[in-house]
Amino acid sequence: MATLKPTHDLHRRRFGRNVGLGLVLVAFVVLVFGLTVVKVTRGDPMQAFDHVVRPELVPLPQGGQQQGGSN
Amino acid sequence: MSDIHANSLSDTGPAEAGFGDFVALLKPRVMSLVVFTALVGLLVAPVSLHPLVAFTCVLFIALGAGASGALNMWWDADIDQVMRRTKGRPIPAGLVQPGEALGFGLALSGLAVMMLWLAANTLAALLLAFTIFFYAVVYSMWLKRSTPQNIVIGGAAGAFPPMIGWVCATGSISVEAVLMFMLIFMWTPPHFWSLALFMNSDYEKAGVPMLTVTHGKRVTRNHILVYTVALVPFALATGFTSIGGPVYLAVSAVLNAGFLWGAWKIWRRDEAAAEADGYATEKAVFKFSLLYLFLHFVALLAEAALHSYGFGDW
Repeated sequence: MATLKPTHDLHRRRFGRNVGLGLVLVAFVVLVFGLTVVKVTRGDPMQAFDHVVRPELVPLPQGGQQQGGSN
Repeated sequence: MSDIHANSLSDTGPAEAGFGDFVALLKPRVMSLVVFTALVGLLVAPVSLHPLVAFTCVLFIALGAGASGALNMWWDADIDQVMRRTKGRPIPAGLVQPGEALGFGLALSGLAVMMLWLAANTLAALLLAFTIFFYAVVYSMWLKRSTPQNIVIGGAAGAFPPMIGWVCATGSISVEAVLMFMLIFMWTPPHFWSLALFMNSDYEKAGVPMLTVTHGKRVTRNHILVYTVALVPFALATGFTSIGGPVYLAVSAVLNAGFLWGAWKIWRRDEAAAEADGYATEKAVFKFSLLYLFLHFVALLAEAALHSYGFGDW
């Protein structure tokens, strides 16, 4: 039976791979969070997808008046 | 228990892949070119993106390109094993199993397309998906082993990134995006064939039908000249669009004159002359071709910077 050798190159490689993957996952979470903040605060058209009539999102006609109230 | 098993495996079985081996599957050098051209495509567009959105777009365009590189390495492992230049890649070196590379490439492709869709728009995501499909399936699986024109059509995969960058910002394809695509598309054959003229022995051994192998170097020299002549109008025409200007046009004129001169010199030479000086002209033209593409995109960036200050427009 083979003996346990914690310092084997295989362990070093596996540890490096796990640390690398962990860092990539953390970076991905941070990126998605940042992207969400940017998309929400910039008011991208996502507001239009909330399945509620939002007349204030419709551009006003030239010299016209906004129709309807808030939802 | 798994440690003991793994220890016994390491003596006889496959090696354990490290993090760097998976990074190598993504072809980082190709990715750096993709990052640069996609970034230029995005920055010269008339619509500006939030820096984080722009970063996300470029990151996932590059990761999509990397994923197609991993799929290419999975499919071409048998060829890579034969060629000196590629036999140190993770799969032929036994560091990554073919199945791992396939799974890695597919998963990363899906992630890259999905993230680009969320960060930018549907058209950009569709173009990235098509680029991955084109490189992995059309080029790697079909054209590469079946026709000496493989590099001509396959070059489209490398030409898409600036177009995708542009589409991320604008949401549509315009003449500027098409011309940036054509610039890389038409540049690829003379660039690659000038390399193949002095590096063809490996392709012959691997059975890849490179033009130099199937039709000889005389025909390859003819093709280099023809494709370089065909490239010039696309490079110059970009100067007359909204992303061009006098600075770009001046840079492009000089670079195209240089590339044409190089292609002419390659065309005039025969094998005896080339072998006599160790393919000096071919090597010089290959290096110049790298500079040619890089400086064209730098000139586009310079024009974008000038435009933002109210200069450089026609």
